[in-house]
Amino acid sequence: MKRIINELTVQLRIAVFASMVFMAVGSAQAQSARDYISIVGSSTVYPFATVVAERFGRSSSFRTPTIESTGSGGGLKLFCSGVGVQYPDITNSSRRIRASELSDCTSNGIDEVVEVKIGYDGIVLANDKSAPVYDVTPADIYLALAKNVPAPDGSNAVVPNPYEFWSEINPDLPNARIEVLGPPPTSGTRDAFLELVMEPGCGAFAVIKALSGDARDAVCQEMREDGPFIEAGENDNLIVQKLQANPRSLGIFGFSFLDQNADKVRGSLVNGIEPTFDSIADGSYPVSRPLYFYVKGAHVDFIPGMREFLGEFMSEAATGEYGYLSDKGLIPLPDDERAAVETSVRELKPLTSADFSH
Amino acid sequence: MNNPHPAGLKDLVARQIPRRYRAEWLFEKAGLGALVVGLGFLAFFFYTLVMNGYTAFWQSRIALDVPLTAAVIDPDGTRDVDLIGQANYQGLLRDALRTRFPEVTARGELRSLFALLSPGASFELRDRVLTDPSVIGSAVEFWAVADDDVDMLIKGHSSRDVPESDRRLSDQQLAWIDALQADGAVEKRFNRAFFTSGDSRDPELAGIWSATVGSFFMLLVTLVLSFPLGVATAIYLEEFAARSRWTDLIEVNINNLAAVPSIVFGLLGLALFINLFGMPRSAPLVGGLVLSLMTLPVIIIASRAALTAVPPSIREAALGVGASKMQMVLHHVLPLAMPGMLTGAIIGMARALGESAPLLMIGMVAFIVDTPQSPVDPATALPVQVYLWADSPERAFVERTSAAILVLLVFLLLMNAVAVILRKRFEQRF
Repeated sequence: MKRIINELTVQLRIAVFASMVFMAVGSAQAQSARDYISIVGSSTVYPFATVVAERFGRSSSFRTPTIESTGSGGGLKLFCSGVGVQYPDITNSSRRIRASELSDCTSNGIDEVVEVKIGYDGIVLANDKSAPVYDVTPADIYLALAKNVPAPDGSNAVVPNPYEFWSEINPDLPNARIEVLGPPPTSGTRDAFLELVMEPGCGAFAVIKALSGDARDAVCQEMREDGPFIEAGENDNLIVQKLQANPRSLGIFGFSFLDQNADKVRGSLVNGIEPTFDSIADGSYPVSRPLYFYVKGAHVDFIPGMREFLGEFMSEAATGEYGYLSDKGLIPLPDDERAAVETSVRELKPLTSADFSH
Repeated sequence: MNNPHPAGLKDLVARQIPRRYRAEWLFEKAGLGALVVGLGFLAFFFYTLVMNGYTAFWQSRIALDVPLTAAVIDPDGTRDVDLIGQANYQGLLRDALRTRFPEVTARGELRSLFALLSPGASFELRDRVLTDPSVIGSAVEFWAVADDDVDMLIKGHSSRDVPESDRRLSDQQLAWIDALQADGAVEKRFNRAFFTSGDSRDPELAGIWSATVGSFFMLLVTLVLSFPLGVATAIYLEEFAARSRWTDLIEVNINNLAAVPSIVFGLLGLALFINLFGMPRSAPLVGGLVLSLMTLPVIIIASRAALTAVPPSIREAALGVGASKMQMVLHHVLPLAMPGMLTGAIIGMARALGESAPLLMIGMVAFIVDTPQSPVDPATALPVQVYLWADSPERAFVERTSAAILVLLVFLLLMNAVAVILRKRFEQRF
């Protein structure tokens, strides 16, 4: 019996040894230089960054960069974990890096974070083509979707949202039940929607102007949970399909999905402006946000192809006014702004805390 | 002997009989109903998948007479592969389009004319010339891959009856396509690229090959690690370990582990393999390690069940004729238990193949174009590819998502079929 157990432990030892060799091989590979660019970050920037990466891989002698779709916050966290081949070189973000995230980066030894603004993305409120066109203001959207709103009787109180029909909010709007499909709180689109629509919408009311801090956020940033606002998941294609199935509902998603499905759904007017490529580009359509990516300066000369990839991304052919990214729905930067970004990328100008003062 | 039943009981039973029959009938029909509902959902699922997905196996192509001018492709006549590979094939394709539509001259119009072809068409033309350089200098009929918007129109997935501004294709582009179709120069052909290429942001060029290879490497690592470990654990627990409080505790933990949500294993993999051991992100090696952790309990449980199914008489007979315990296990018990163990392993692997949540944490939810050459190259997996395509704005990805799901289902079906066949062929009943 004892002999058998001894034999078995020998086998066990061999198995443990084999798996350790296996792991050693893995880590040895990791420590050797990485010959491709590793990109993480926002799922909103993902469709654009991937196009550039693919073209770059096809047209250059470098390997195609890998791009993970981790979300803006997750991407920045990975990006700021440290310097070295096991950490990503670039992170995409559908919002600007926060001062706290930048200081995280600095404390992990990342001194040079280069900010690259690549263009704009519009957020649209759309519905099926067969349904009436909505012409709304941010205040209308706020009243329809916030959890708590100023009392409709004009008194100085904030009450749970009583509105059930669009026509109750604004007599010019259709007499239809409020039913809006939107992104969940984990989504960058949701953050941008709160900042660009709900905030200005709620700021229009005198009652709220008196509030500040958390009390104001509770009124301005909380979406209602009693049915009219439906969290439809991160998948924008799904929202488009649901709008077709239910023409009475509206959906909130990125402009590129409207651009691809313009034969099926229509964007609502906001402040009387239709969401089109041009109206977002010239800034007249109010609900648009800049998209960024952040580059680790220390990696640029160590990972093969970084400079060339940045060059491809900032080229006229990619992010220019008629570049291939605009075909994919990215709203390009105005020429002078793009030139400024291009210069700061070429010089690898790092972000400093002073950039957050304004 | 007296009648053992009180007089009332017979009546009672007689009265109850119809009710019992009715209850039994209802019970049976409820079971059947549940089955029908389940099958109905399955049928609906397959129906929508096939209806959405089958068109992705075909790809619209446009026939062009492409003059393979020697002066453009190989100006020096050296037939140097590097030089030929770098020639301007896109220019040749564009020239061919201009020859076909000589009336188009304005710059903007030319742009929208060239947009009918996929950016991948020039790579295919290059490959064709490289495989047979003798065509240089002649004009060939080349079936160029059409752009995804054209493809969607031809397949009827996008409508032409809406105002021009709401369409991806302009009236003029529609007229060109109609003219080409009238010539018989537009055809749907088998979409080989779908099976042979990696991911792409151009739906017409996107394929599942790199994801399939990624899944293969991952499953290989999983099998190599979890099968021997799982079987060894099961043998030890069943054949050698004395039943004690410790083995009970281990058993409870193994059963528990089998039910842990898979994302937890992903977090473990991130903390252990990537952060602690410094293994590369997005690598099938790490994916395989994580999936091994997930599959191990399943294999252990199945292997133990297979071992307990071997009757004790076999063991006693072996020991009785003088076999050592190890000989008894290796020569007699293991061969009889193997079919059951393999079935368990295959079912565990099939589950691992369909897993995507733990891969998110270790960086395999990623855009990977290049086919991985080894388990440490960046790679993605089939279910992740499905997820990424489902989230892409281009309409042509809708059918490709369904098609990729169909391929994944075929793999799962094959694996489960192998498990059934193994069981049927080698199983011994006692």
